[in-house]
Amino acid sequence: MSFNNFSHELTLFQKIKNYDFLLLFCILILGITSIFTMYSTDGGEVLFHTKSHFIKFSIFFPMMIVLSFINIKYWHAASYLFYVLILGLLIWVALYGVTASGSRRWINLYFLNLQPSELMKIAVILCLAKFFHRIRTTSTNSFTSILVSLTIIIIPSILVITQPDLGTAILISFSGLIILWFSGLRIKYFIYSFLIFITSLPFIISFLKPYQKLRILTFINPERDPLGSGYQIIQSKIAVGSGGLTGKGFLKGTQSYLDFLPEKHTDFIFTLFSEEFGFVGSILLLLLYSIIIYRIIRAGLISRSFFSRLFCFGFSFAIFLYVATNISMVLGLLPTVGSPLPIMSYGGSSLLATMIGFSIVLSASINHRQNIS
Amino acid sequence: MFDESDNVRKINTINRRLFIITAAKILVFFGLTSRLFSLQVKQNNKYLTLSDKNRIRESKLHPVRGEFRDYFGNVIAGNNEVYQLHIIPEQVEDFRYITLRLKNILNLSEREFQKIHKKRKKIKAWETIVVSDNLTWEQFSKVNNYLHELIGVKTVLSISRIYPFNENYTHVLGYVSQANEKDIIDNENIKEKFVPGIRVGKTGLEKTFENVLLGENDIQRFEVNAYGRKISQLNYQKGSKGQDLNLTIDTEIQKLCTELLKDKAGSICVMDIFSGEIIAMQSSPSFDPNLFLFGINQDDWQLIRNNPMKPLLNKTINGRYSPGSTIKPIVALSALENEVINPEFTVHCKGHKHPLELYGQTYHCWKKEGHGFVNLREGMKQSCDTYFYEISRRLGVDRLSETAKKFGLGEKVFGELFENEKKGLVPNTIWKKNALGQSWVLGETIITGIGQGFIQTTPIQLCLMTAQIANGGYKIYPKIVLNNDQQYLDKYKPLFKNSKNIKIIQKAMFSSTNEVRGTSYKSRIDDPKYQFAGKTGTAQVKRITEKDRELDLKTFEIPYEERDHALYVAFGPYKNPRYATSIIIEHGGSGGTTAAPIAKKLFKLIIDRHKLRQSIKEKKYLDI
Repeated sequence: MSFNNFSHELTLFQKIKNYDFLLLFCILILGITSIFTMYSTDGGEVLFHTKSHFIKFSIFFPMMIVLSFINIKYWHAASYLFYVLILGLLIWVALYGVTASGSRRWINLYFLNLQPSELMKIAVILCLAKFFHRIRTTSTNSFTSILVSLTIIIIPSILVITQPDLGTAILISFSGLIILWFSGLRIKYFIYSFLIFITSLPFIISFLKPYQKLRILTFINPERDPLGSGYQIIQSKIAVGSGGLTGKGFLKGTQSYLDFLPEKHTDFIFTLFSEEFGFVGSILLLLLYSIIIYRIIRAGLISRSFFSRLFCFGFSFAIFLYVATNISMVLGLLPTVGSPLPIMSYGGSSLLATMIGFSIVLSASINHRQNIS
Repeated sequence: MFDESDNVRKINTINRRLFIITAAKILVFFGLTSRLFSLQVKQNNKYLTLSDKNRIRESKLHPVRGEFRDYFGNVIAGNNEVYQLHIIPEQVEDFRYITLRLKNILNLSEREFQKIHKKRKKIKAWETIVVSDNLTWEQFSKVNNYLHELIGVKTVLSISRIYPFNENYTHVLGYVSQANEKDIIDNENIKEKFVPGIRVGKTGLEKTFENVLLGENDIQRFEVNAYGRKISQLNYQKGSKGQDLNLTIDTEIQKLCTELLKDKAGSICVMDIFSGEIIAMQSSPSFDPNLFLFGINQDDWQLIRNNPMKPLLNKTINGRYSPGSTIKPIVALSALENEVINPEFTVHCKGHKHPLELYGQTYHCWKKEGHGFVNLREGMKQSCDTYFYEISRRLGVDRLSETAKKFGLGEKVFGELFENEKKGLVPNTIWKKNALGQSWVLGETIITGIGQGFIQTTPIQLCLMTAQIANGGYKIYPKIVLNNDQQYLDKYKPLFKNSKNIKIIQKAMFSSTNEVRGTSYKSRIDDPKYQFAGKTGTAQVKRITEKDRELDLKTFEIPYEERDHALYVAFGPYKNPRYATSIIIEHGGSGGTTAAPIAKKLFKLIIDRHKLRQSIKEKKYLDI
């Protein structure tokens, strides 16, 4: 294959040869782990969550493989469309969304409730990757490009904040900002905006809703209301801490089995895993995520196109961000913000978004020689 | 896009920034790992404990209280099986219907019915409501008949205190009742073993020996979920029954005392003069301690509380009385010991026409006609007041009080065994100076000599005093709990200077009961087996005025509250003394007519039971 051949098509054999089987394997292992953990949250029975999670994973995993054979250039071509589509869905949600526990986040699709904000996490990366793919280094820091890129980030963020879902909005913004970082936005801008953020913090806090303020207070001192707002984090720490070196054993986590753990299917699933498999299990899980993140970065590094590169780096950071926020939260290092653990947590939209992201990464690694004009 | 140099720059930028971000990621993951390490490895024990605390609930069960037995091993405060009725709301289909059914079956009042519903609102569905903690046999069998229709209702066997001898032991044992806040605050042990509805001692020995009697709770450990529902029983830790206590009391004699004091206010106690064992100790009126077990009802309580004869007061140890003439043996002994008089010292008692006059005050003998010339023996026998005025005048109050104190007056007999046992009062010049700030007056010595004035004693002190005269003048320590023997260094220490003096007093007391003109001659028993010696006492409640003296009313003509207290102290059998007793009948009139006849009935039984008691004692020694 010649170096500058930008219209070559790979044969199926070549595609399989280029396939990142290690990443695929890791995702599969993670998926299987998540199904077993879900089985444990159901109290050692195949109940709703286990079944549902199993079905979703068994649909989305093959779907990911199929999608990964789509050439990366088509993803590039469809990026803006994808972004606009998801944005449209977010607006739809704002108007006609399904409300549950006080926030309007879902679209009722009859077979599943879709949460477009989860998909937006991917869409915003995709969109910005395409945007900066086209821009020359010299104009990266131009006023127009900054304005456009910030608009791309801010519009969905505001839509998500109003749902209200602060956690997802923050994750969307960060996923977008990281693309700005990679594409060469001056570091001083980041420093300035960080300083502005810090100084305006008291102002922002005054705009927070009472329950959000409470979460911050609880984060600072969970013991101030052990049965109320501090309950989750205290019980979560107890569960993790009592796991010990090797854990209480599969299906033997008393904290979760006896219902002391809140939200154990979703945001707090790491707690249950950690209680049952201990320090060793937790480290192995972190290692699994690290390998996945590494493989995503590698896919970006070998890619010829900036689009692939930007997307992979951005997505790897997003995965890292989800994992880090989620685990920090359950370990009491961050205030409780709703952020699922990728693949492990129950939730179709999040799983779907993550799988789409992976399929793009896999596609990028198959087509790493692909140039995109 | 096709500018190579721009491409290179772009790649350089992106890779440089990737490097920074990757470094940050590694740092964060390292941070998470160390946090996990700190929680799961370093602080594992702490969180493991917290997790166990979360999931394990201990439920303490009622400890089984130790029993009280009398000297012969009869249970006098035991444990009785009672049937309780429980409802578990979550097993009941229609709570209102079931409770209405129960209301009909058990004849519950509307208030009790409302109480159940109020309770229901307070507890979780799987917790237990105790509808009744003491079903009568009738109720129990009725409920059992319908039990198959009452799903969620069950009868449970439980244990409760029972006092089989009802009012006989109330003042000795006290009673138990539901622990209140004060009990829990005051006693660490109760706090530790507390379960709702636990009964604790409120008065008497039940209270004193609370910690010994209480026993250890059985403990059930359950695994519970976050809502407190029991999931499974992890283990069952058997507790132990509280210690049983044996008393020195003989129930038969105790019962006789109750009978003899029937409808009277007063006290009887009987003591072994060598071992100090209390054979019987009853204060009247008494009440049924069983009433308090499940909460006394208001009517019964008002009846007990408002009774003018004060059933709540244990008169034997809490009642303070002027000893009256029962003090005379001590006055005489003191005078002999201090060699103020000899037995042949004689005083002329001239009757009411020529009373003793001192500084304008007159001091009358009780006998209007006077006793004529009396020596010590006659003075004691006929209880001549004039004789004792004279010898106490010669003796002085300080020397008298010294002897009285030596024989146990003015001091707690049981120490700390009973809460609020009274010390009584043996006055002397120093006491008066300190307490009242006044100098002692000779007239006060005179009346102290016949047991009036400041001097106050409890019936148990009089009994001890008599016992110590009867045993030849040796110190003893009364005890009521058999296996509660303490070592006293001065036990059996002689209390006299000359043992002949004790003999003289004993003989004088003998004559008072067994010789013609003795004050308790009518109550004598001639059979030497039962023959006892004693001293009567009549304690004035009110000062006798000249007018009273002129009227010379009979006891029944005086209002109840103004009648004299009748006292009698005695020991027997005279030939070989074993037991001493003190008897007080409040407002009973004179000691000779009211109190002494009681002693006659008492001594018959006491001495009849002596052999039996002795055989137990020998058996006990053999066991060792």
